[in-house]
Amino acid sequence: MRVAVLAGGPSFERQISLAGAERIVHDLGELGHRAILIDVGRDLVERLTDARPDAAIIVMHGSVGEDGAVQAVLEALGIPHQSPSATACRRCWDKATAKGLLAEDGIAVPDGVVFDRQPFTALGAARALAPIVERLGLPLVVKPARSGSALGVNRAADLAGLAAAMVGAFSYDDSVIVERFIAGREFGISVIDGEALPPVEILPQDGPEAYDFEARYSIGLVNYECPADLDDATRKLLTDTAVAATKSLGVTGISRVDLILTPEGVPTVLELNNVPGMTDTSLLPMAAAAAGLSSADLVARMLPR
Amino acid sequence: MTSSAMRDLMAITERPEVISLAGGLPDVSNFPPEMLDAISTALSRDSVRALQYGPTEGMAKIHEGIQLVMAEEGTQVDLGELLVTTGGQQAIDLVCKTLVDPGDIVLAEGPTYPGAVPTFTAYQADVRQLGMDEHGLRIDLLEETLAQLDAEGKRPKFLYTIPTFQNPAGVTMNLERRKRLIEIAHERELLIVEDSPYSLLRYEGDPLPTLRTLDGGHFVIYLGTFSKILAAGLRVGWIAAPHAIRQKMNIGKQGADLCSSSMSQVVVEACLKDPDLWRRYLDELRARYQGRRDAMLDALSTAMPEGATWTRPGGGLFLWATLPSQLDTTNLLARALRSNVAFVPGRGAYMDGRGGDSMRLNYSGVGEADIREGVRRIGAVVTEQLELYGDMVGEPLPQRRSADLHEGSNAEPEEQPEGALVRFPTARRRAGER
Repeated sequence: MRVAVLAGGPSFERQISLAGAERIVHDLGELGHRAILIDVGRDLVERLTDARPDAAIIVMHGSVGEDGAVQAVLEALGIPHQSPSATACRRCWDKATAKGLLAEDGIAVPDGVVFDRQPFTALGAARALAPIVERLGLPLVVKPARSGSALGVNRAADLAGLAAAMVGAFSYDDSVIVERFIAGREFGISVIDGEALPPVEILPQDGPEAYDFEARYSIGLVNYECPADLDDATRKLLTDTAVAATKSLGVTGISRVDLILTPEGVPTVLELNNVPGMTDTSLLPMAAAAAGLSSADLVARMLPR
Repeated sequence: MTSSAMRDLMAITERPEVISLAGGLPDVSNFPPEMLDAISTALSRDSVRALQYGPTEGMAKIHEGIQLVMAEEGTQVDLGELLVTTGGQQAIDLVCKTLVDPGDIVLAEGPTYPGAVPTFTAYQADVRQLGMDEHGLRIDLLEETLAQLDAEGKRPKFLYTIPTFQNPAGVTMNLERRKRLIEIAHERELLIVEDSPYSLLRYEGDPLPTLRTLDGGHFVIYLGTFSKILAAGLRVGWIAAPHAIRQKMNIGKQGADLCSSSMSQVVVEACLKDPDLWRRYLDELRARYQGRRDAMLDALSTAMPEGATWTRPGGGLFLWATLPSQLDTTNLLARALRSNVAFVPGRGAYMDGRGGDSMRLNYSGVGEADIREGVRRIGAVVTEQLELYGDMVGEPLPQRRSADLHEGSNAEPEEQPEGALVRFPTARRRAGER
């Protein structure tokens, strides 16, 4: 099979994408397929038309890869892929939209508010910060509504910190989410075709404040435990929640659900990731290994059957 | 925001539509055709030597060239002190390889050369960064730190400094501090690593003696490079070190790459064969960079909001701008990239998390029109973010923070001493220190 591996692109997570793509290209070779690595740019359609692949694997994080744009191109050209559909990607990429849909389906998400850059000043919304702090409590988490990974995500301990964190988050997107910081155990649960892989627990070495972008991609800053130390009932609660979240948002194929298990035992969904990282320190390959799937097995699941 | 986030942001500064004030690229677009002719003549006439391995310490003829270049800044060295390296970067690596064991204390300026940070990290040095002001490294902070280390029974392996047109700060250590630094080195037998890639790119003010000259070759390890004064693509630099240290580094270099490119060394020899031709080229580079620096200073004074400050380098390739502390320059880079302009966030020049409100701007790599447009775009996003912050906290835009610091927007460049517009993060004690 000729498989186009779509990677790179202009996103902030370009390097991570290329690192993951290298691994997938290698595994495709092991599986006897012909991999065509495409660094996605203006000539994407031309290159896809020339290469005439039988299938495509998307390894692009951040915008373009996760916002559904590349999926839409593939769907328009009739090239099969196992990523969630362009429509599902669009739903998840805007975390504000995704949170709303999940909440409507009765899935717990952190309480919060969304601000858009334009009306923010025009409507004087900026002055609403103090009441928000009062309502949601401190600390707060501020993040761009549309951004991959933890870029631009900051915790705010007070009102001044909230303002600075919002300015930072607005650097990445014109829409920003301010939400209650949810304490608890953090898990990444990969879902393949409606089935959850074993949960990976993320244990920051320096306490719960430390899990940031650096930790997510550097060996040694966090400890991962996979499979996580969970009793059967809790594990089922977490994996059921992850699968329910994918169904709620119409996500098929391979995705990863990040959630927090609160001290009260409520699994609270933080976000869905429709192009999970594939580097050596990423959670999906780790969970697959715990489920007895080799790296090549996992890549095989990314191809149409 | 962290170093890997920064790496990812930096990776997309190379898009063609981005005006990058982030790089450190010298302008090699006007390399003299006569020099290119001399290179091709030398390569064909001397092909056997150019195509063969050479001595680890470098070819005899290039040593003479290095002596010539160092004499240009008033520094005399013995041939026996010289070791040719593969660019200045290998020189930093060899210094660490020879001197640093994991956990050893290394002193450096804060901010320091961002390219040295991964090297220090790789050798697991415990780097203590000392503050600077417009006159370079603050010797009082050095003495304070040395006393504190004494009290802990610790000794730094060396001090790494770029005394002239410092990267990234753009400031130059004044003569008084140079003299005092060398006194301290002699009193305490403290090794000084003097990295000097830019000192011949001076476009105003009188040259200052190198630390190596003031020291006389006892405690100073001098690092030089042809990257900024000839061509970066050659990858030829050098170390001038006391004999015993040079001997150790020679062994380290054998292990690393046996010898630097013979072809590149033959090329350097050819370029220096007519020293006046090379001097004319240097003059031309200085004039071009001076024009670009002036364009950048001018653009900054127009584009930057009140509260921003920046250094005014008298040479070199970089200046250092500091914004009101509410802004984070790593986040700002993400916003700036949406406006197709890039810079180096200040955190890349620190190993201890400082530098979040600063940025390094390069003016050698792009033309004056792009510099003006790039700075205009940066100024626009800085202003936008400050206004946003002001809206949220319900306060007017931040005012100058300290009366004795010069305000960038009011600057009269002619009246400013070199590097007068400067503000550095104050030194913070590390966790666990008294």
